[in-house]
Amino acid sequence: MMMISKLFAVNTKLGGRQRLTMSVFSFVLPLLVWSLVSYVPFIWHPKVEIHSAGDVSYFKQGLLIDREIFDREVETAISESKSVPEGKPANPVYLPAPHEVATALYTAFTTEPKRRSEKWLHESLWDSIQVIFWGFVISSLFGVPLGILAGTYDVFAKLFEPFIEFFRYLPAPAFGALAVAVLGIYDAPKIAIIFIGTFFQQVLVVSNTTRKLDPALLEAAMTLGAKKLTLLFRVVVPGIITHLYKDLRLLLGWAWTYLIVAELIGTSSGITWFITQQARYKNFDNVFAAIIIIGIIGLTTDLVLAAIGRKIFPWEKGLAKA
Amino acid sequence: MDQLKLPSYLEQSDAVRDRFERMKKRPVTLQVKNLNKEFDTPQGKVTALKNINFETYKREFVCVIGPSGCGKSTLIRILAGLETQSSGEVLLDGEAVSGPGPDRGMVFQGYTLFPWLSVKDNVMFGLEMSGHSKAASEEQAFQWIDLVGLGKFKNAYPHQLSGGMKQRVAIARALANQPRILLMDEPFGALDAQTRAKMQSYLHEIWKNIDITILFITHDLDEAVFLADRVLVLKANPGEVQEVIEVPVPHPRSPDQILQPEFLATRKRLEELIHPPEADTGINEDHLNMVRMVRVDNEVESVF
Ligand SMILES: Nc1ncnc2c1ncn2[C@@H]1O[C@H](COP(=O)(O)OP(=O)(O)OP(=O)(O)O)[C@@H](O)[C@H]1O
Ligand SMILES: [Mg+2]
Repeated sequence: MMMISKLFAVNTKLGGRQRLTMSVFSFVLPLLVWSLVSYVPFIWHPKVEIHSAGDVSYFKQGLLIDREIFDREVETAISESKSVPEGKPANPVYLPAPHEVATALYTAFTTEPKRRSEKWLHESLWDSIQVIFWGFVISSLFGVPLGILAGTYDVFAKLFEPFIEFFRYLPAPAFGALAVAVLGIYDAPKIAIIFIGTFFQQVLVVSNTTRKLDPALLEAAMTLGAKKLTLLFRVVVPGIITHLYKDLRLLLGWAWTYLIVAELIGTSSGITWFITQQARYKNFDNVFAAIIIIGIIGLTTDLVLAAIGRKIFPWEKGLAKA
Repeated sequence: MDQLKLPSYLEQSDAVRDRFERMKKRPVTLQVKNLNKEFDTPQGKVTALKNINFETYKREFVCVIGPSGCGKSTLIRILAGLETQSSGEVLLDGEAVSGPGPDRGMVFQGYTLFPWLSVKDNVMFGLEMSGHSKAASEEQAFQWIDLVGLGKFKNAYPHQLSGGMKQRVAIARALANQPRILLMDEPFGALDAQTRAKMQSYLHEIWKNIDITILFITHDLDEAVFLADRVLVLKANPGEVQEVIEVPVPHPRSPDQILQPEFLATRKRLEELIHPPEADTGINEDHLNMVRMVRVDNEVESVF
């Protein structure tokens, strides 16, 4: 009882062990649900996989058939005393079991592409990562300085923000055709879509973060003789840098969500090309594998960036506590 | 305290009177002339400060005291250049000041150390701003850090320090610029009583040993009497100077003096000025609307 009330105490941090347990659970729980649905027949399994067709003319071995139809055919076969078809309950093809996806996670990398011109999975992934990287870097190169300026000086805020507020409602994918017309069919228009999807949010998020800097720090700096640009570079920028870094991590996650649309533009490429291709072949285990790989890349990047953050901002630990 | 027969706070021993006479012959560091400040608020104009006049002499320690909302912070922020007056003049060594600058150091009530800089870098900040080289700033910073007794912590970050230590760094950071006046807005307000007493002694010690004039805001009467040469008493609505009291407690000050008649007399006078007796009988807008909310059969019938 004590344990439970402790677990749900408001505004209290869990201990190290409990925290780890919960983090493990957050992955184990969905996996458990998926396994239950996949391996326990009576939970879902709306299909039947045919083992032997019996005398039903259109049944074939390996065919997935709706359970009702199968039951009906079995009854008919019994009543007409024909050879009864056999099969076992199965899930639809679009929900592969965990072990199938696990296998696919390995085989997807080792399977040679069907055609010479096609790419291996790791090559597709590398393409995607490059598109994300350049889209995000170019966006940050402009977005971060503009955001900081808008957050520091009201002139820039009034100059930039109204238009950006308007533009951010325009869906980035809508610029797909335009981007292809201007930039060709290869990576450039894809990078442009990531840029459009990230940049406008980025300026607003960064300016907002900049505005949250404690004005007392600026006042203290001014009484110490800091002026204009020194205020900007020696107080504003270092004052927000840890929050800025967190914002960028968050925005990088958003950039990934634009990847799928971006890669459908022009010549389909990257991980999206792999996913659509595999879905066409009905290799849904590969599709799941690819989706999970995106997740793993995203999460790993974020964890690595978080670790780097702790290294380069040694004062941040105390700020998080305070 | 009432039954004790106290001398008048105006009575000064020969040594004290002599000291004040000599003090008033020193050059004036800060002069405030006919200072007014009005704020435009949605409810209309608020007069925060009205016709403030006073001056501080070189190396004097002046405390400003007054009820909450009387404009103490507004006054010190105008002196620091963080706020502009509606009218009137602020002269530092005879020159009008405008905008913040390193000639007036400021220590705020909240902790305003730069969290991303170590103690050393915080203290070096102002020195670098005024164009000192990195090496020169560092050397000077070490001296100031030693002066406030934090030599061991020069590489620590602010979040690793206690409240008292943070304020000592803030003092060192302000002093490193060698300002002509040090402005302090309730710098010890957030500290516990013990740390506070220690900080008062530290500050006094520092003040005695370096060439600095200090203007110190507080709402703690004992603090004002303990620290100040003179106390500037403000009254609220609008903020005006009510009285300038020359503290008759002799130097050097020590915490034992708190029971001396001069101390008690000055403290009593401040008490009268800040909490005038008629306030209790007059119309009191913010009294509590108390209704008995204890059950009749409560096991503790009355707390008395
Ligand atoms: N920026 C502002 N805009 C409008 N009114 C203000 C502003 N700053 C201060 N005031 C008003 O001016 C008066 C004086 O405020 P100030 O903060 O200087 O008082 P104070 O003496 O420092 O009070 P405290 O002891 O609580 O710190 C108050 O009535 C306050 O409401
Ligand atoms: Mg105040």
